Amino acid sequence: MREVAIVSAGMTPFGELWQHSLKDLFVEAALEALRRAEADTVDAVYVGNMSGGQFVGQEHLGPLLADHLGLRGVPITRVESACASGGVALRSAFLEVASGMSDLVLAAGVEKMNDGGDVTNVLATAADQEAEVYHGITFPGLYAMIARAHMATHGTTLEDLAAVSVKNHRHGALNPKAQFRQEVTLEQVMASSLVADPLRLLHCSPVSDGAAAVLLCPLERASEFTDRPVEIRASGLATSSMALAERRDPAFLDAVSLSASRAYHMAGLGPADIDVAEVHDCFSIAEICVLEALCFAERGRGGEAARTGETALGGRLPVNPSGGLKSKGHPVGATGIAQVIEIFEQLRGEAGERQVKDAAVGLTQNMGGSGGSSVVHIFERG
Amino acid sequence: MPSPRYRREVPARYRLEAGRCAGCGAVVYPARRICPACRGERFEPMTLSRRGTVVTSTVIHVAPAEFQMEAPYAMAVIETPEGGRLMVQVADCDPNDVAPGMEVALEFRRIRKEGKGGILCYGHKAVPARQGPAGRRDA
Repeated sequence: MREVAIVSAGMTPFGELWQHSLKDLFVEAALEALRRAEADTVDAVYVGNMSGGQFVGQEHLGPLLADHLGLRGVPITRVESACASGGVALRSAFLEVASGMSDLVLAAGVEKMNDGGDVTNVLATAADQEAEVYHGITFPGLYAMIARAHMATHGTTLEDLAAVSVKNHRHGALNPKAQFRQEVTLEQVMASSLVADPLRLLHCSPVSDGAAAVLLCPLERASEFTDRPVEIRASGLATSSMALAERRDPAFLDAVSLSASRAYHMAGLGPADIDVAEVHDCFSIAEICVLEALCFAERGRGGEAARTGETALGGRLPVNPSGGLKSKGHPVGATGIAQVIEIFEQLRGEAGERQVKDAAVGLTQNMGGSGGSSVVHIFERG
Repeated sequence: MPSPRYRREVPARYRLEAGRCAGCGAVVYPARRICPACRGERFEPMTLSRRGTVVTSTVIHVAPAEFQMEAPYAMAVIETPEGGRLMVQVADCDPNDVAPGMEVALEFRRIRKEGKGGILCYGHKAVPARQGPAGRRDA
């Protein structure tokens, strides 16, 4: 396999972007990534998108998006793994370059969630329709069950959950692309309205529109496009049971653990080598469980990390310096690529007020459904 | 949900039909072709008991459109004595009283109304287990 680098990135702001369509968003992000690298065309494109069909009634995104990007004729593949679609699109692009099949490949993600679709029901298609959704469960409900199991098994508290939201909003307040650029207090989080007990509104990532794109090429060609490439050291993808009921320990995310161990093994690195991470905090409890599955925290102890400041900017291991899904926003298909862009900027020293000092190795973790799929990538300053 | 899809699910939803893997003994609900634990393909048909224990739970406050009239309502993953696990609504109690470890009975109930015609869809809901003179009433 060839060594692969990311050489440029482009991203729209995240938020309720009523004036922009799905294809507008994609073109804005993709064009920025191409222009920054001064690349006229690419050999292939992978685009992560969870549900264009249900959010805006648009399938067959490949030709539509290639055409509007001015790349009619270029091979383009739409990749779907629910909220992990973006991360899996990056993996697909990585494999195409690493294999030697193509040199210049764009990995993008896009989601247009605010266009009148029934968001609760569309997101619920990432759960098992017959075994779960039929009975009245929602996505916040599934993560609320994970939270309650974590609290019952490990003694995690409501304050632990709220501390994740407080930390990520503090980070997101520094991010010009974030949907919510304001801090929230522990009291505000704990007094916000109940969505699915014990999860409240301020434990939940928002409904967002947005797109993100990164350009990949062989590491040996990276200097043609940038003087500061970021190498993709590893890619790990894994699955678990779709239905939460089938997991022996609902408080542990097996797919995250497996995807992480594959990535650590491939990179020849371990959790102690990571300087900065972007992880899938679709709900506050998710970040807590993910920290444990990535071996950043001992099993059962993930709730302490945000509360003690360990995962805040300036802490031992800053997690979600972008503001995470919670504050930055969560346009589901774009999220996995946006995570990669934050790490790309961190490792290039371009993160401004959010910069993690001397960051050399970064990790992203992107998850689908209630943890049915997870993809982990590890990056190193080139 | 189109009616063929609904009918396919009837054995599991109405009768709690499951399978016990002949190779490793895992209980699989609803029945499927390949055992998720050992990849065996031989199963003994069985039905789950109509009782169980709450593994984890939540109270849904923001509900899907078809369930809005019922909110807030409790949902739980329950485990039957055979080891089968299923996602159910927990009814006939204060939803805030539902918590891990709670003993429940499963009852055949209406789950939802679908579409413009309001087609009735059935399945099981859990209710708090009650101790009576003859033991659990669900036995």
